Amino acid sequence: MSWTKVCPLTEIPKLGSRLVRTEKVDIGVFRTEDDRVFALNNSCPHKGGPLSQGIVYGDKVACPLHSWKISLVDGKAEEPDVGQTACYAVKVEDGMVYLEV
Amino acid sequence: MKKMNLVVVGNGMAGMRVVEELLKIAPDIYHITVFGDEPYPNYNRIMLSPVLANEQTIDDIILNTREWYAENNITLHTSARVNKIDRKNRVVYAEDGTSAEYDRLLLATGSKPFMLPIPGADLQGVLGYRDIKDTNDMIEAAKQYKHAVVIGGGLLGLEAANGLKIQGMDVTVVHKNEWLLERQLDKTAGKMLQKSLESKGLQFLLKKDTETLIGKDGRVAGVKFKDGQEIPADLVVMAVGIRPNYALAESAGIHCNRGIVVNDTMQTYDPRIYAVGECVSHRGTSYGLVAPLFEMAKVCATHLANFGIGLYKGSVTSTKLKVTGIDLFSAGDFSGGEDTEEIVLHDAVGGVYKKLVIKDDKIIGSVLYGDTTDGAWYFQMLRDSKPIHEIRDHLMFGQDSLGNTGHQGQDKAAAMTDEMEVCGCNGVCKGTIVKAIQEKGLFTIDDVKKQTKAGSSCGSCTGLVEQILASTLGGGYAPPSTSKSVCGCTDKSHEVVREEIRKNKYLNIPDAMKGMGWNTPNGCATCRPALNYYLISTWPHEAKDDPQSRFINERVHANIQKDGTYSVIPRMYGGVTSSDQLRKIADVADKYKVPMVKVTGGQRIDLLGVKKEDLTSMWADLDMPSGYAYGKSIRTVKTCVGSEFCRFGTQNSTQLGIDIEKAFDHMWAPHKVKFAVSGCPRNCAESGIKDVGVIGVDSGWEIYVGGNGGIKTEVAQFLCKVKTAEEVIEYSGAFIQIYREEARYLDRTVHWIERVGLDYVKKRILEDAEGRRAAHERLLYALQGSVDPWADRVKKRDEHKEFDTITV
Repeated sequence: MSWTKVCPLTEIPKLGSRLVRTEKVDIGVFRTEDDRVFALNNSCPHKGGPLSQGIVYGDKVACPLHSWKISLVDGKAEEPDVGQTACYAVKVEDGMVYLEV
Repeated sequence: MKKMNLVVVGNGMAGMRVVEELLKIAPDIYHITVFGDEPYPNYNRIMLSPVLANEQTIDDIILNTREWYAENNITLHTSARVNKIDRKNRVVYAEDGTSAEYDRLLLATGSKPFMLPIPGADLQGVLGYRDIKDTNDMIEAAKQYKHAVVIGGGLLGLEAANGLKIQGMDVTVVHKNEWLLERQLDKTAGKMLQKSLESKGLQFLLKKDTETLIGKDGRVAGVKFKDGQEIPADLVVMAVGIRPNYALAESAGIHCNRGIVVNDTMQTYDPRIYAVGECVSHRGTSYGLVAPLFEMAKVCATHLANFGIGLYKGSVTSTKLKVTGIDLFSAGDFSGGEDTEEIVLHDAVGGVYKKLVIKDDKIIGSVLYGDTTDGAWYFQMLRDSKPIHEIRDHLMFGQDSLGNTGHQGQDKAAAMTDEMEVCGCNGVCKGTIVKAIQEKGLFTIDDVKKQTKAGSSCGSCTGLVEQILASTLGGGYAPPSTSKSVCGCTDKSHEVVREEIRKNKYLNIPDAMKGMGWNTPNGCATCRPALNYYLISTWPHEAKDDPQSRFINERVHANIQKDGTYSVIPRMYGGVTSSDQLRKIADVADKYKVPMVKVTGGQRIDLLGVKKEDLTSMWADLDMPSGYAYGKSIRTVKTCVGSEFCRFGTQNSTQLGIDIEKAFDHMWAPHKVKFAVSGCPRNCAESGIKDVGVIGVDSGWEIYVGGNGGIKTEVAQFLCKVKTAEEVIEYSGAFIQIYREEARYLDRTVHWIERVGLDYVKKRILEDAEGRRAAHERLLYALQGSVDPWADRVKKRDEHKEFDTITV
């Protein structure tokens, strides 16, 4: 596991995301309105929808397929839906986003 | 910040509903302490009758378990009757010695059964019917004794009588009035009800005044009436009404007038003290049904949460008798008067009776007996004061076909068995919904959608779900008001939001949210797309379109598929293509290895399974405009061959279709908008099921609006006939523009017309020529200078990083 450079923070839209393809897994890297950055497995626990394509609000993302609401903080689905997607460590240093993969 | 103390006196449905609402919107501002005088946690009082009738158990009707209180850090004192409020020091004291300090106090002390002040009322075996203890006492009595007398032929009395009969007792119902349920039913329906209850084995003594209860060895033994008649009784249940329980508040010096007096924010005369539920007197009225209590609870919670929004303005209530096998529904003022009209259907043999009371073109009351399928529908119209003259001729026959796909064509929930599928999208059966309503204590359509998923996808079964909810809950059901708030982020309705955007000239989402007091920092996936549409449709060329507030399809101008790939549908104006276009499409399909090429229902070609990163290059190679097959926007204009080739054609429908599609290209709307133009009444382009359907006739064009071929097939309604193709574009443009300006986001034209009425549309389009032209002009202005989004993305490729995947 090591910190890998992703892209400058400015290249992720506010309330948006970018899709990062790693060797093993596709990861959605999300940016909230207040510039917090989160990384989730790009797969909804419901039917595998690409979460990086969803609408971001607060610290959640709505899956584009069936609108499950997934927490960016812990990857958990909002009740009453049940499920969780994997989260990855992510940090911003000097305006650059790094992902731990 | 130190948490404030909220003390709730009354552990019943109203008080706990406030707590639940409060936890949803402001979970951290209070430490909550609840006092209840019963030994149980909060349970569903309206389900006591099914318990008495052996249809449910006490465990089934518990709404909040003790674990729930613990999980939410609520201190619960059961069997603790509060008998003193010290307002000066802000402490409440209970009989068992417990006490609690409060910063805010909520009184939800409910009501008490009214016991007739007659000799013998204090004998053993004389009960009210209010709580679990009363219910258990009745079940116990039924094991030892034979004769039960229920005084009071109201809802509660009849439910008690039915339950006691099922418990094996001989039951006589005594009632003062000439017929049963006189507050809910007229005489005809009351007599029909009596007949079917008699066939279940109940006996009735009507127009009887009770004089004395006769005792023997301290227990009741008989009932004596004023006319001298006597009947045996080992158990007497008094169900002659309830009285708000406000003794505690009154003893603390809080202003009461046959109930704790509250204002529209549910505040009492002591500003630290709120009150909700059956114990209050609001604008001089007290309520004994659960639906109004929930409305109060919602308002009260927003004030306790310091949001200071929401006013309670009173409720219209409906009732339903929870006796299995008897269908009865009533709402509003059903007895009528001199200035009212009635529509009545009475089938004595079939056991069906329906009466609607109408005043000034609006339903003000209804009584349904035997067939209550449409109760919720009538009640909705009553609450919304909806004008009915357009549907008056078939009003009595109900809301035919609530939806006709995905649930076997059923539109009457009562006729469905438990195993039958209600929601075809999510595979939810009727039995599952009923069970969830009973066991999880659900009260609203939204609750049911959340818990069971029924109705949460395409929504075609919402009407059925509503029926199931209404019949399971009886009087507990509160249909949603149609001017509902946009989402949980605001209390404001769609109409209010649109109006404020216009009035205050908000031009971007953050300003709009701030100005209108949104209660979330940046909205949610429901309100943001709506706001974005309202902004750009109200202030074209001025408001800022926010891509992050658009659903992915509109953000990337392609349609997301189940595996995360996209579909690409280029425009073919009027469904007309050329060998040149087809060649380009074929080449692109080969180059990008498109897994499926399909002809769509809208007369064009769909390239399915395209990777997101290929979209821009593909558009560049295609060099055709976007077909907007992904948007809440103009979709296609479907055409038939028309007079150019067809031997029956009377008009050049193909050309008009092309002209319309070009005129309204790039148009965003509240939902998708589909047109069709047919060249003769054979209607090969299926104009009858389009938002705007045009049919050529020899003397001109007929325009139909509000059709829909989807979830619920809706036939378009005739708007007008015009002579020229130019007029078709002006009239249909004006229609679409008014829809764009006034409909709620995600309303199709049919839903909008349903709400405002076709008359209104006609008034705006046909009677007001100047207004029509102006509306058409506004549409043209909004579309002025719009560009094809695909070409635009190709040109500005470098600005749209969103299409690129980052590989690490």
